[in-house]
Amino acid sequence: MNRKENFIAGFVKENPVFGLYLGLCSALAISTTLDNAIGMGLCVTLILTASNMIISAIRKITPDEIRIPVYIVVIATLVSAVEMLMAAFMKELYANLGVFISLIVVNCIILGRAEAFASKNGIVDSALDGIGMGLGYTFSLLLISGVREFLATASWTITNPFNNQSFCTLVLTSLNHSRFPCSIHQQVHF
Amino acid sequence: MADLFSMAIAAILINNIILTKFFGMCPFLGVSKKTSSAIGMGAAVIFVIMGASIITYFLYHGVLVTLGIEYMQLITFILVIASFVQFTEMFIKKFSPALYKSLGIYLPLITTNCAVLYVAKDNITQNYSFIEMLVNSFSVPLGFLLVLYIFSCMRERLDIASTPNAWKGNPVALVAAALMALAFSGFAGLV
Repeated sequence: MNRKENFIAGFVKENPVFGLYLGLCSALAISTTLDNAIGMGLCVTLILTASNMIISAIRKITPDEIRIPVYIVVIATLVSAVEMLMAAFMKELYANLGVFISLIVVNCIILGRAEAFASKNGIVDSALDGIGMGLGYTFSLLLISGVREFLATASWTITNPFNNQSFCTLVLTSLNHSRFPCSIHQQVHF
Repeated sequence: MADLFSMAIAAILINNIILTKFFGMCPFLGVSKKTSSAIGMGAAVIFVIMGASIITYFLYHGVLVTLGIEYMQLITFILVIASFVQFTEMFIKKFSPALYKSLGIYLPLITTNCAVLYVAKDNITQNYSFIEMLVNSFSVPLGFLLVLYIFSCMRERLDIASTPNAWKGNPVALVAAALMALAFSGFAGLV
């Protein structure tokens, strides 16, 4: 029960962006399109879960005085790995997110969770906390980018990051002969 | 010389690091409640960015490129920044205990201020010469200080204004920041 509450808290009460005001830099700069939001959100979720698990696993052998440098090296290693993988397999997304992927290192959410949660709790709890917080971050990015993409292009597009083909597009088009001024058309490609 | 000057103006006003690039939002919202701590924070950030940029610049061109391990960039840079912030913290604690108290938790958090890592990385990706690097890593945090100071003045005024309950605190501060970004967009095309 307690685990479930911890997991849910990341979405609403302790949502990193809207509730705790953490990770605002990337949240504001990245949230221009849904694709960027999903890519960035899942990246952060992955890194946050992995770093939470590693830091919780080594929490008993980490000396207290140098814990912050240790956390930062763990996080920087994970981010470098993810950055190289993205450069190899998701070229478009990598180009769109640009410097913000390497700036995940200094995202307050990750260091904050390492310090506040993973350094005091077990591996399973820390992993769940990482997934919950990461999805909460993704959720808030989706909300902001949903509004921003629609205002900018009057459509929503979701693209497959591996081959850069769009899965599904929702377009707002005007119909002259209709009683309603506009309607939403859905195009689904597979 | 004129190039360097226009580069500085562009970094301070046009491509302001907070308002157009969204870096360093956490201290921007966190330390801007009082004018005095805003100036202290801005000065500390200038010091950290200058120092960290110079060290990382020499480390990158001297060590990483020579050994052919440029992919270690991120890990090296963040370690340099973290230790430099630690150094700044001891420095401020010794010379100005009052400022040390008012900055509080935000001083060690300069490590996670993305502006510092961004400037260090930007100096490398833009292929700046040493002089250009110095100008860039001084004028970018100067823009940070300028905006942080203006914003803290606005927030001191907002504190005594009668705002609706739902808007109190961060929401109204974010609206004020948005209006300031709108004003700064007027500088576009200056250089």
